[in-house]
Amino acid sequence: MITTTGLTKVYQSRGREVTALDGVDLHVREGEVFGVIGQSGAGKSSLIRCVNLLERPTTGTVTVDGVDLTALAGRGRRAGKELRQARSRIGMVFQHFNLLSARTVQANIELPLEILGVSGKERSRKALELLDLVGLADKAKAYPAQLSGGQKQRVGIARALAGDPKVLLSDEATSALDPETTRSILQLLRDLNQQLGLTVLLITHEMDVVKTVCDSAALMKRGRIVESGTVGELLATPGSELAAELFPVTGEATGPERTVVDVTFHGESATQPVISQLARTYNVDISILGAAMDTVGGRQIGRMRIELPGRYEENVVPVGFLREQGLQVDVVEADAVDTAVEIPAQAVAAPVKEGAK
Amino acid sequence: MQPLLSQGTIDTLYMVLWSSLVTVAGGLPLGVLLVLTDKGGLLQNRPVNKVIGVVVNIGRSMPFIILLIALIPFTTWVVGTFIGPTAMIVPLAVGAIPFFARLVETAIREVDHGLVEAVQSMGGSIPTIVRKVLLPQALPSLIAGLTTTVITLVSYSAMAGAVGGEGLGSKAITYGFQRFETQFMLITVGVLIAIVTVIQLIGDGAVRLLARRGRTS
Repeated sequence: MITTTGLTKVYQSRGREVTALDGVDLHVREGEVFGVIGQSGAGKSSLIRCVNLLERPTTGTVTVDGVDLTALAGRGRRAGKELRQARSRIGMVFQHFNLLSARTVQANIELPLEILGVSGKERSRKALELLDLVGLADKAKAYPAQLSGGQKQRVGIARALAGDPKVLLSDEATSALDPETTRSILQLLRDLNQQLGLTVLLITHEMDVVKTVCDSAALMKRGRIVESGTVGELLATPGSELAAELFPVTGEATGPERTVVDVTFHGESATQPVISQLARTYNVDISILGAAMDTVGGRQIGRMRIELPGRYEENVVPVGFLREQGLQVDVVEADAVDTAVEIPAQAVAAPVKEGAK
Repeated sequence: MQPLLSQGTIDTLYMVLWSSLVTVAGGLPLGVLLVLTDKGGLLQNRPVNKVIGVVVNIGRSMPFIILLIALIPFTTWVVGTFIGPTAMIVPLAVGAIPFFARLVETAIREVDHGLVEAVQSMGGSIPTIVRKVLLPQALPSLIAGLTTTVITLVSYSAMAGAVGGEGLGSKAITYGFQRFETQFMLITVGVLIAIVTVIQLIGDGAVRLLARRGRTS
């Protein structure tokens, strides 16, 4: 639905060049909620603005719903008619809502319809229908200043949907909201995605957002996408930074001569009594250092950091057993654990691919 | 004395009203252009921006009384004469347009760029952005700027009395100053103060009304 290829964006700032996007290839499938996560300055904002060409990419192409927007844009700074028409088919919601304070809620939602040249009667019908959809049917005549943050964002979403878009871009839509409101807005996005078959591309710096609504996710760092895939794929990728972030487990080895292993349960394996089987079969004492259970992308996922006595070399067989059970096993590097005893500052153990040692 | 005073008041109001209308018609687009053509603006165009900026600055730094005299040929060309209230509309408007244009510029700059971006994302064209976002959102500041401009025009119009204009200023000079009718002078000044006060009250009221509509609950 949304494809970017080789997208770069270079800003000129006081004679210096700042690369915000450095060859971004992104592919968002129709009907999915795709989250791009990264810290501020990673280029997320530039990326989403390039998708509807609010910012012109320096090089690369953007295709939305089969239309090459970069080709429509032409050379000039001003957006031509074709690009403007294409934009009206892409909804966008903003972190700071960007509602017109001088217009009522209803008039705000009618604005995109005015731009599309829809008649007055039809505009008001559509606006009221959308207000109903976002649960604010009673606020049509209110002004934005009279609404709470969550309500404002609902208006922002209703406005973004006015042009019947197939794609919704969300630029940190929940970052200015409290946790509870964030949840309700994310739920709304999820509902719209399912009811209307809307494709959603959202950018955020909050892992919780990805965890709650996204089917797929990408991690951005310094203008590049360093990891990307469906949430399931990411969790199944050993050593995935996103997976570890989505699902952090902590806990340190209790001493030297121990093997620390992160075990991820998903799908079938989540219901198997593997740990007790492991203990019984190999007669090992297992300590659980940390564990978490959560729903990610609508699936139950569990993660556990366990400790087995003895070095990794002595535990190859039990670890193999865990793998055979369909679990994802990441061995936490023994070196890091060893040195941790002497230098507590380095106690944060990094998961590495097994065999890298 | 009574007929002189009421005729002067009518002439003053006539000059101020018409020159205000011309000022809005000229200053509003100029102010909008100053913002649009500026660096990073929607119609970024350095040469145009520079030219408008320089013209506006020249207009603003020129003492009004000098402008009044310098414009005599232009006024005669436009109106056919440079004497009388109708002729005075020309220099009054020419003097006030740059002033108002700067106030418009400041008011429009204060509109949150996010709103512009939002309307761009809906597929809005630049005229749409100006009409539906920049002007309505800046309206309270624009009204406040207009109030200041109209009051400036009242004082300019009094000055115009020195160079063949009619109105309260001319009456004050002829009767109050040259014939030493102090009482007449004081009354004229009193009427001018009343006019300014009423304009300010109307302007403030309008701004308050608009501000209450949108910003607070």
